[in-house]
Amino acid sequence: MLDNYLPILVLVAIAFAFAAGSVVFSRLVGQKKPSVVKLAPYECGMPLFGTARDRFSIKFYIIAMLFIVFDIEVVFLYPWSVMFKRLGMFGFAEMGVFIVILFVGYVYVWKKGALEWE
Amino acid sequence: MENLVQAALANVNFSAIMPSLVLVCFGMALLLIGVFSRRGRTTHIAWISIIGLVITGIYTYIDWVNPETQFGFAGHVAQDNFAVFFNIIFIAAAGLTILISDDYLKREGYPISEYYALILFSTAGAMWMASGTDLMTIFLGLEVLSISLYVLAGMFRNDVRSNEAGLKYFLLGAFSTGFLLYGVALLYGVAGTTNVADIGMYLSAHKAALGNPMTIAGMVLLSTGFMFKIAIVPFHMWTPDVYQGAPTPITAFMSAGPKAAAIAAFLRILMFGLPELHAEWGAMLWLLAVLTMTVGNFIAISQTNIKRMLAYSSIAHAGYALVGLVAANEVGLSGILYYMLAYTFMNIGAFAVLILAGKQGEENLTLDGFAGFGYKRPFLGVALCVFLFSLMGLPPTAGFAGKFYVFAGAVKAGYIWLAIIGVLNSAVSLYYYLRVMVYMYFREPTEDYSWISMPVGAVISIVIALFGVLYLGLLPDCVMEMAKMSIF
Amino acid sequence: MITINHYLVLSAVLFSLGTFGVLTRKNAIVIFMCIELMLNAVNLSFISLSSHLGNMDGQIFVFFVMTVAAAEAAVGLALMIAFFRNRESIAVDDFSLLKW
Repeated sequence: MLDNYLPILVLVAIAFAFAAGSVVFSRLVGQKKPSVVKLAPYECGMPLFGTARDRFSIKFYIIAMLFIVFDIEVVFLYPWSVMFKRLGMFGFAEMGVFIVILFVGYVYVWKKGALEWE
Repeated sequence: MENLVQAALANVNFSAIMPSLVLVCFGMALLLIGVFSRRGRTTHIAWISIIGLVITGIYTYIDWVNPETQFGFAGHVAQDNFAVFFNIIFIAAAGLTILISDDYLKREGYPISEYYALILFSTAGAMWMASGTDLMTIFLGLEVLSISLYVLAGMFRNDVRSNEAGLKYFLLGAFSTGFLLYGVALLYGVAGTTNVADIGMYLSAHKAALGNPMTIAGMVLLSTGFMFKIAIVPFHMWTPDVYQGAPTPITAFMSAGPKAAAIAAFLRILMFGLPELHAEWGAMLWLLAVLTMTVGNFIAISQTNIKRMLAYSSIAHAGYALVGLVAANEVGLSGILYYMLAYTFMNIGAFAVLILAGKQGEENLTLDGFAGFGYKRPFLGVALCVFLFSLMGLPPTAGFAGKFYVFAGAVKAGYIWLAIIGVLNSAVSLYYYLRVMVYMYFREPTEDYSWISMPVGAVISIVIALFGVLYLGLLPDCVMEMAKMSIF
Repeated sequence: MITINHYLVLSAVLFSLGTFGVLTRKNAIVIFMCIELMLNAVNLSFISLSSHLGNMDGQIFVFFVMTVAAAEAAVGLALMIAFFRNRESIAVDDFSLLKW
């Protein structure tokens, strides 16, 4: 039974060795010429503005909240897609109702101005 | 596989959930109407939601006249008499609440259109709890109900008390949901199904499973979840804070509709799913009923804020309802149904008067604020007296008949002591209800209450509540007959 | 050999950890995360029981628990933001206005 897990163990070992090895190897072989730009936190290649410890704007929370809800509701589409052929038109209609309900929520959010950044 | 799908499709029966379907559709429509209307105008939305409730009421009436139980969604919902009776309670609670809300929201400066949609959604959730015959449906109904209520309790965004109430309700509600779900998972593990009746059948067929610690633990955890929602001591700590901080009409609604919904689902699970364990849960609920009545009534005595006092009294009333559940016989169970209907009318009626008597901003009227109220505002004074008499359980009001049936059930089932403790508790409650009347009629008025206006909706609501309280009190037979038909 | 019991024990341990966190933590968001831990412990129970019993009900239940938890998270965050705007804190010690 435990034999089945051997490949996973090997994979874990290799992954660990690779990660640790990269760090150690670059430290041993690499050059060290620190500069202001190099020491700055990475922000997708953009020039840095402000510290990383700033408070986030409240707008992020609203977008995050909406994202959680709409994202998770999609979970109901997966079982439907697996059974799509068998459920036929009825399943399609039911899912249509589901999407319409989500759409009502979307229109509401939109009209409420929650999607506007400014 | 093909057959399974066919069978499942054939089982979908939308007529079994027609009342809640209407409510959900109206709720969604109201959300859209709300965002497309001019800001601050909510009166039309309130009346549209009333129309939605009336249509729901018509469907509920059709369900009642049709004696056949409608099953739907592969046995996940059953629109039986039991569910229909509770639907009546929910519609009454939601309707009365909406009628008293519009003017209040404008006075407090929160004319929010989502308010009405959320009340309709939570009513639909309550209906799924009462008609759900599968733990899955009951759970979903409970969550639809609760999530709407979390928002409603915290509705007054700039009022810290309302924020605090919403957040407390949310944290403790979600916490209790965890217990409830764990109980469901354990029962599912024992019986291999989440259908309430199938769990009951499995347990009666496999007596060995009754001794399984998983069964007992599942029952206890499930009950804990429901007892949080019904606010039974020792799971009542959130109730006074949330009831005091929430907008007053929502407090009225919470103490009637959602409480009845939780009792309905609890009752169905105990009577159908776990009747084999009656000895266990009967003993547990006996103790908790005594605790709930006593703690609720005695702490209510020391309150000076009337809203908070009514919160503690609502805990005590949940204890009276539990007495009927402990008895678990025909009189006791139908007594619970009767009592919840009566409680809806008397409690929302009392809150309606409280709302009208309040000033903008300082809605939390203390006892002193009611000095001489009865003489300055005779109609409201008399109405409040009737509701308080009913809450005390004095004849000829609905509260008396309700308590009578519940305690009669307990006596019939041999729980004499429980009934005696209940009656003694009612006597204790006289003190704090009467004290309000003393302030109303025997204190010199310090104010002339000239700020009180009489909006149409609130007056209609008070009149309906008065009619309900007196009708249920004077002519209890008809409704009691209905309640008897409603229990299984 | 990993049996159903291992999963159930793990689930019970996670559930207890969540409960313990709810009872001891002070920050409302951390409390909510502990509640999520409890819910996910229950999900683990459901899934392992479902696979053990060969019955799909448990897995369907998990779908609903997940979506409900998402809706709860959205509402909870909104309530916390509203509270924070007025009180500049979400420590439960500051939930102190309503008392008897």
